[in-house]
Amino acid sequence: MRPSSNGTGLWDTDMDLSVNVGSLHLKNPFIAASGCFGYGVEYASSVDLASLGGVAVKGLFLKEREGHPPPRIVETPAGMINAIGLQGIGVHRFVSEKLPELRRLGATVFVNICGSTLDEYCEVARVLSDVEGVAAIEVNISCPNIKEGGIQFGCSLSGTYDVVSAIRKVTSLPVIPKLTPNVTDVASFARAAEEAGADAVSLVNTFLAMAIDVETRRPKLTNVLGGLSGPAIRPIAVRMVYECHQAVKLPIIGMGGIMTIDDALEFIIAGAAAVQVGTANFVDPLIWDKLIGGLTDYLTRHRIARVSDLVGRLTIPAGEHEWIAS
Amino acid sequence: MIFDVAAEVIDNTHLSGDYNVIALAAPTIAAAAAPGQFVMVKPITGLDPLLRRPFSIFEILRNGPDVVGLSLLNKRVGVGTSLLYGARAGDRIACLGPLGRPFVPVAAPEEAWMVAGGVGLAPFATLAEALAARKVPSALFYGGRRSADLYREEFFEALGVRLVLTTEDGSRGQRGRITGPLECALAERPPDRPVTIYACGPTPMMRLVADLAARFKRTAFVSLEPVMGCGMGGCYSCVVPIRHGDRPHFVRSCLEGPVFDAAVVKWDGLVGH
Repeated sequence: MRPSSNGTGLWDTDMDLSVNVGSLHLKNPFIAASGCFGYGVEYASSVDLASLGGVAVKGLFLKEREGHPPPRIVETPAGMINAIGLQGIGVHRFVSEKLPELRRLGATVFVNICGSTLDEYCEVARVLSDVEGVAAIEVNISCPNIKEGGIQFGCSLSGTYDVVSAIRKVTSLPVIPKLTPNVTDVASFARAAEEAGADAVSLVNTFLAMAIDVETRRPKLTNVLGGLSGPAIRPIAVRMVYECHQAVKLPIIGMGGIMTIDDALEFIIAGAAAVQVGTANFVDPLIWDKLIGGLTDYLTRHRIARVSDLVGRLTIPAGEHEWIAS
Repeated sequence: MIFDVAAEVIDNTHLSGDYNVIALAAPTIAAAAAPGQFVMVKPITGLDPLLRRPFSIFEILRNGPDVVGLSLLNKRVGVGTSLLYGARAGDRIACLGPLGRPFVPVAAPEEAWMVAGGVGLAPFATLAEALAARKVPSALFYGGRRSADLYREEFFEALGVRLVLTTEDGSRGQRGRITGPLECALAERPPDRPVTIYACGPTPMMRLVADLAARFKRTAFVSLEPVMGCGMGGCYSCVVPIRHGDRPHFVRSCLEGPVFDAAVVKWDGLVGH
């Protein structure tokens, strides 16, 4: 971004919104969240994928997975619970069928990877390291909806450390574990990821939840339990990003119920270097231009030169902070 | 091309205590739509309901040669449909579309038989127009609980569609379910006279239509209506099980449907409603 030369003191409209997340340079801080944007190519006819900070594609195992029987989602006040069960085409088909198109479209691709075992995580990471067009690996250790793998690792400090350090050894791509909020102290998991050599952390995945049909007395989801997302979880997610920002030096990618630019700014001010937008994309698939425009307006209005100048710039008035959890 | 329009409600006609037809000023979507496609809609009211709802496009609204909007056939069931039932002219409804794979109309001399149950009538107004334009002889088998649940027959009659009506209480047409007259018609039709079936309605009805089509060796297409999150292929919530070797394979109905060949649907795994 540069000051305008017309002497008005206003900023140019083609403002530089770019951010750095570790070694990653993103055009802007807005990333489509994994599980909420298919493989990205589904949106190519309506969204310019190159205009996004990044696209985090749906979680990939080594092999294809069918996922859970429907119904897979249920709405709740200001939110939704999902139990998709990580249906997916597997990493090999992703590389051959989706990645070339994403490259052609100029997308900055975050590949979300899953595994039932440490070996599977590493194998998926290896496959992705051998191909062109992957910007970063987001490690899904937080899906609440599958029995094996995933959250087993993400709910234990040693599991988190083990997965991240094992993947760290097999790839030179940025490694970004996606943390679960379903733990007592999320900051300690960010610390474990940092010690294991992660390049950044992303948080939060969904909150384990359930909904019951009182007439039939049955769960509303076939899988009984699912993950809650949407604006209902946002204040908790903001708090968790804030806590992690206090605890680690790693860049943080924040997410959880972002629907508007103000929501995104909360995460950034709490300490997120970039943000992911998931559920809002279901409601408004054309949200990206609104976020980019909104950020430009905000920076202009507050005369802030770079997004990075906002990251973690929470101001807590003196004398009122003693009771705030550290 | 997919459009997202904050469409003004032109008109909201209450057909009964539960059914209404809501007319939306969404000309770009209407002009681009093909029979059987759908839109994702949501009253612009805040965060509850959070998600949009899928609706088949019912009518394409015209003013002379100009397309001015589209209408939706709605039945009040939950929060979202109740808001659409209560909408007033001038309200804004977020409307995204057109989405999904459309019906492929057959060509004459093949006949087209549409089978509708309740709000399952919705995709057939545009299909009937497309069939009439191709001079395809067509029939509408249309069933409801009672006489008051059957709407817009005159629209189809004006297009030359042969009407077969049933009500469960016998207050209009034949008493019973619509699959009864369909079965008779299929049994009477000589095998060398081609006919393709298009069906939309409650899942058990569509399953019966699929069974009848298989028994009489006719092709049937069904428009499925599973719970849908985004309509764009992003969320993988609207999956439908289709036959794939010895086990079902889930495909996204927003992208691969909502229209499916009835013979590929694995009906046992489909969630009914």
